[in-house]
Amino acid sequence: MNGQGGGAWRWLREHAVQIVAVLVVLYMLIPIAVIFGFSFNDPAGRYNFTWVGFTLEHWRNAFGIPELNEALVTSLKLAVLATLISTVIGTLMAMALVRYEFFGRRAANFLIVIPMATPEVVMGSALLSFFLLIGSFSLGFQTLLIAHVMFCISFVVVVVRSRLIGFDRNLEEAAKDLGANSFETFRLVTLPLIMPGIFGAAMLAFALSIDDFVISNFNSGTTVTFPLYIFGAAQRGIPVEVNVIAMILFFFTCATMGLATWQQRRAEKMTSVRPDQEGGVGAGVPAGAPAAT
Amino acid sequence: MRRRVAPYLLLGPGAAWLLLFFVVPLYYLAELSLNSGVFGSYEFSWHWENYSDALQLYDTQFVRSFVYAGLATLFALLLAYPLAYTIAFKAGRWRNVFLFAVVAPFFTTYLIRTLAWETILSDQSPVVSVLDFLGLAPEGHVLATGGAVIAGLTYNFLPFMVLPIYASLERIDERLIEAGKDLYASAAQTFWRVTLPLSAPGVVAGTLLTFIPASGDYVNAQFLGSASNQMIGNVIQSLYLKQSDYPAAAALSFVLMAAILVLVLVYIRFAGSEALMGEEAV
Repeated sequence: MNGQGGGAWRWLREHAVQIVAVLVVLYMLIPIAVIFGFSFNDPAGRYNFTWVGFTLEHWRNAFGIPELNEALVTSLKLAVLATLISTVIGTLMAMALVRYEFFGRRAANFLIVIPMATPEVVMGSALLSFFLLIGSFSLGFQTLLIAHVMFCISFVVVVVRSRLIGFDRNLEEAAKDLGANSFETFRLVTLPLIMPGIFGAAMLAFALSIDDFVISNFNSGTTVTFPLYIFGAAQRGIPVEVNVIAMILFFFTCATMGLATWQQRRAEKMTSVRPDQEGGVGAGVPAGAPAAT
Repeated sequence: MRRRVAPYLLLGPGAAWLLLFFVVPLYYLAELSLNSGVFGSYEFSWHWENYSDALQLYDTQFVRSFVYAGLATLFALLLAYPLAYTIAFKAGRWRNVFLFAVVAPFFTTYLIRTLAWETILSDQSPVVSVLDFLGLAPEGHVLATGGAVIAGLTYNFLPFMVLPIYASLERIDERLIEAGKDLYASAAQTFWRVTLPLSAPGVVAGTLLTFIPASGDYVNAQFLGSASNQMIGNVIQSLYLKQSDYPAAAALSFVLMAAILVLVLVYIRFAGSEALMGEEAV
């Protein structure tokens, strides 16, 4: 625009989209950096909001608060169980929806979509109303588990379904031609191939469960999960150890993600071994695509 | 025969769980919202006044929820589109790094992320000094304002906007974009007339995935707002868990769900349904 600045200005204008993107990425990462930074803070009072000084004390003492540990263990147990249950029944649902034409398929799809389109307060308060009026459930771990499985199912179905839609069914036909029965075909061919999808779905369910606050807040009774502990502690000042544990969970999740990506690459290699079958039987027909109705 | 029963067997456990613990509870929510009486002795009595009373008392929080959620969705869209576009078309070997950055916030707890914003926006923070310098922070103060709540909502739901837009941009056949250029469209014309319409399903899905949870949220208003920034979620939460006024809370919850459902249906009529139904359109 103005004299010598012209070149720089042009560069800025040509890369405007990328510059905005980098700024947005920074915006997304800043809070994580703050959580990490403040896990080394040595706060003067009970509130960990202003930087006082550097200490490793809280990392050394990460598991030194009994109530916090108890909440964390509850959350982990809950997340593992909710993940197992929702992944199994969600995968079965996804198989039904992708592989079969049946009466009530649209209704089933609707049933799966609608919980994802419902605000958490509504789900939480509806479940609480149900538990209160039925009266035979005591609020606590079991009601939390019921709730967590409920909101995880839909996400599992969506993730596994997308994997099944891209599935080459010729591979199953081949297994059957080679003498495998239906169960063997499922265990030795189908399952390994959709495993990355199931694994991804399980990770998502785990993340949703361990992070859930709103629905848990309604249905926990006196049971305290990790997010509920944080909410309770927020009023009286959150111990720095919470930041430490949050970062440990963060690094742990990163490592799991890395593993998942590696596994996925391996699975992709597995499928790419088979020779091209240009013009062969069923070539070009997207595998598993149900006849659209 | 087996083929006919198989899908129902596969579907059974999950469908039963969703019916019993999602659909049936909605019925109980409706029933509770028509109860009358005082705590301890609520009884069902078609007490429709719960609805009119609750709406009259809390209409400001209702309107505020939709305004905050709407603004947060708009800001999220403005931030997410350039990022998704960059990841899909410009990032090259940096693509995975960008994608990691988008999902990274999910790896830390929602509440702690929101509390981190409390630190970032506190009055002593350098961020607030900069905003103050730019004239964006009246009286050097950001925390406990509507702006802070909207910023928190925008931040927390941004990945839900980025990912669907990225997915739909990534699926675009680049030959269509090249065709636009071959036909002498400028870069801007190609974007507005080819790229943007083709990414519409992602934009629709992203706005819904942002707006719906944002309008029911109460964590951001709790930590980043003040008493005058309470959203409808805060009211429902407090009526249920602190004041045990179940019928009023249930009525509000039901209205919130109905309002969102209507908004979503209207929106989908305009924007097409393939986004919500996912790959079903295939």
